[in-house]
Amino acid sequence: MANAEETARAADARDIRDRWLLSAPALVIILLAATGPLFVMLAYSFMLKGDYGDVQFGTFSLDGWTSVLFQRDMFDDTLGLADAHLTIFWRSISLSFYTTVLTLLFGFPTAYFIATRPPKTREVWVFLVTIPFWTNLLIRTFAMQQVIRNEGLVNTALMALGVIKQPLQIMNTDTAILLGMIYIYLPLMVLPIYASMEKLDFRLVEAGYDLYAGRWQVLRRIIFPLIKPGVIAGSILVFIPSLGAYVIPRVLGGGKNMMLGNLIELQFGAGRNWPLGAAISITLMVLVMIALLFYVRNASGSEGAHG
Amino acid sequence: MNRDSDRVTAPQLPSQPACGDNQTGTHLPTRAGALNGVIVPEQPGKNAIEVRSVRKVFGTGENQVAALDTVSVSIRENEFFTLLGPSGCGKTTLLRLIAGFDFPTAGEILLHGQDIAPLPPYKRPVNTVFQSYALFPHMTVAQNIGFGLEMLGKPKAEIEARVAQMLKLVKMEALKARRTSQISGGQQQRVALARALAPQPKVLLLDEPLSALDYKLRKEMQIELKRLQHETGITFIFVTHDQEEALTMSDRIAVMSAGKILQVGTPRDIYDRPAERFVADFIGETNFLEGEVKSAADGRATVRLSTGAEIPASLPEGFTPSGGVTLVVRPEHAQIGPADANASLRGTVENVVYLGTDTHFHLKLDDGSAFIVRRQNSRGGGEALAPGSRVGIAIGPNAAQALKD
Repeated sequence: MANAEETARAADARDIRDRWLLSAPALVIILLAATGPLFVMLAYSFMLKGDYGDVQFGTFSLDGWTSVLFQRDMFDDTLGLADAHLTIFWRSISLSFYTTVLTLLFGFPTAYFIATRPPKTREVWVFLVTIPFWTNLLIRTFAMQQVIRNEGLVNTALMALGVIKQPLQIMNTDTAILLGMIYIYLPLMVLPIYASMEKLDFRLVEAGYDLYAGRWQVLRRIIFPLIKPGVIAGSILVFIPSLGAYVIPRVLGGGKNMMLGNLIELQFGAGRNWPLGAAISITLMVLVMIALLFYVRNASGSEGAHG
Repeated sequence: MNRDSDRVTAPQLPSQPACGDNQTGTHLPTRAGALNGVIVPEQPGKNAIEVRSVRKVFGTGENQVAALDTVSVSIRENEFFTLLGPSGCGKTTLLRLIAGFDFPTAGEILLHGQDIAPLPPYKRPVNTVFQSYALFPHMTVAQNIGFGLEMLGKPKAEIEARVAQMLKLVKMEALKARRTSQISGGQQQRVALARALAPQPKVLLLDEPLSALDYKLRKEMQIELKRLQHETGITFIFVTHDQEEALTMSDRIAVMSAGKILQVGTPRDIYDRPAERFVADFIGETNFLEGEVKSAADGRATVRLSTGAEIPASLPEGFTPSGGVTLVVRPEHAQIGPADANASLRGTVENVVYLGTDTHFHLKLDDGSAFIVRRQNSRGGGEALAPGSRVGIAIGPNAAQALKD
């Protein structure tokens, strides 16, 4: 008896040890490559900035963090709100929000359309949706620029048709950034929604019609609750990269319409304020985590209660 | 949007019962209840559904398939009507046309005299019990049952009362707060039934609802369905490929094959007096005998078999054959006797299969064809017939039925 027990325990121990060995490479990579730099960032955010960039090692200062939201007056040295930073925060959050809502608005019908095609045609449509991923983000963004700039496709066409006399100023505005982000992130919304929609049992839709639910009611009461996981996944996939977007606002928004990504880049580059850049980066991470928590709570909450 | 405005006739809920004691919600919509004006008034002899020359073609061009080939049938009110046939015969297509999930290529479908063929499913006072049940997985049992009433815009109190009533009707009160994924197949079946019955449809459509259940549960549900149909007085249209199920449950059966209805009749008609070979073959075990018509008149014929024996046969309605004809003899309608001159047929016992309630004798006739005789068992009764014995077969005056084809 005791022998058998011992053997079993030894086997268990061996099992556990093997598992650790197998996961060791992954753990090392996660520790060094993923969390390591985060700690570096955290440390930098609490140091004094160096005169030509970099940080002064061994110093401690909250300057980086205070200047995320506040700025020191040039003359009387009092602290005031950093309006420029707040504007950028607000632009990032609101543009990301609109991007999420609009991609959902356009992506949902697209996903529904694809999911209701015959299986063979479906593959072709999904393939078409993924085509943009083959091209570099920068190139796609410049392509968008060609479409919306003053001498671009849209303006030339509208003026040729006599709809407008002066070209529409879309470039270098928030609208340009929004258009760009919708264009770039739409596939990230369509694909997860399509994935849940494809699993949807369309007999449930028939059952809904059979029980006197019209089109809108079927959509709201049956289809939407059942594909909600896909909608949530899509929203996360769009909202988070939107919040940290860098290339799109840089190319389409011009120098003035910065988003958080550009602000961070500025601090590490021309601004020569690494502690501030690090602090903003961590703030951005916290914002993303808040958004994630909100979604997760929303998702699990509705799973149990609503009917 | 007023959903009720363009519906043909909204199913009436028992909101104002004549007896006035219905606030507890325990009052079941029984046939007696129907007299109180609770549900659709009974109009004996009237047709609930009339299918007139309906064609349904799927696909286009060369891929065209006629799932229904000019089908006409009338289904009476308060009837338990079964569409019976093998898979692909068009029975489910017909059901879906009545439900409104598909639209006929040609022909009309009348519900109480009004053409409903162009209406979408949510405007038809017809509900369906799906083969897979199609219960909403994100709702509880009670929410599933109440869904139809909610969509009809009924007041909350009325929905609650009606849901309680339906839960009681299908004996699911204890599980009303459960998710549909947390109940067994048989229970899901009951919920699907309750959900379809809750809005009090004029006609309930059932698409092979018992096929996913095991044998014992299926037997129980067959009785349960009959009870529900009787208590609610709603017309049931039941689709199945199981002939036994059809025979035990139906008031009338339509046997379908290859997009056509071959015969409509009571279970006894269909079983005892099949009109066509397909019907005879599909329902129950059957012996086919070839013969020559000697005389035929008034639904009766005398047929000479190849053995020279002459036996009487019934004829299908409006059919007077001449020349060669096929006869049907059910295994339990023939008797085994001595192989003497009085026997209609003679042969050798090949196999004896004991089935508890009865015994099947597989015989080989002298002309080489097979013949089955079924004999009911009794304790200690019946002489033992060993394989190889020579026997005669007696066919009684009402045993044989002539076929049209």
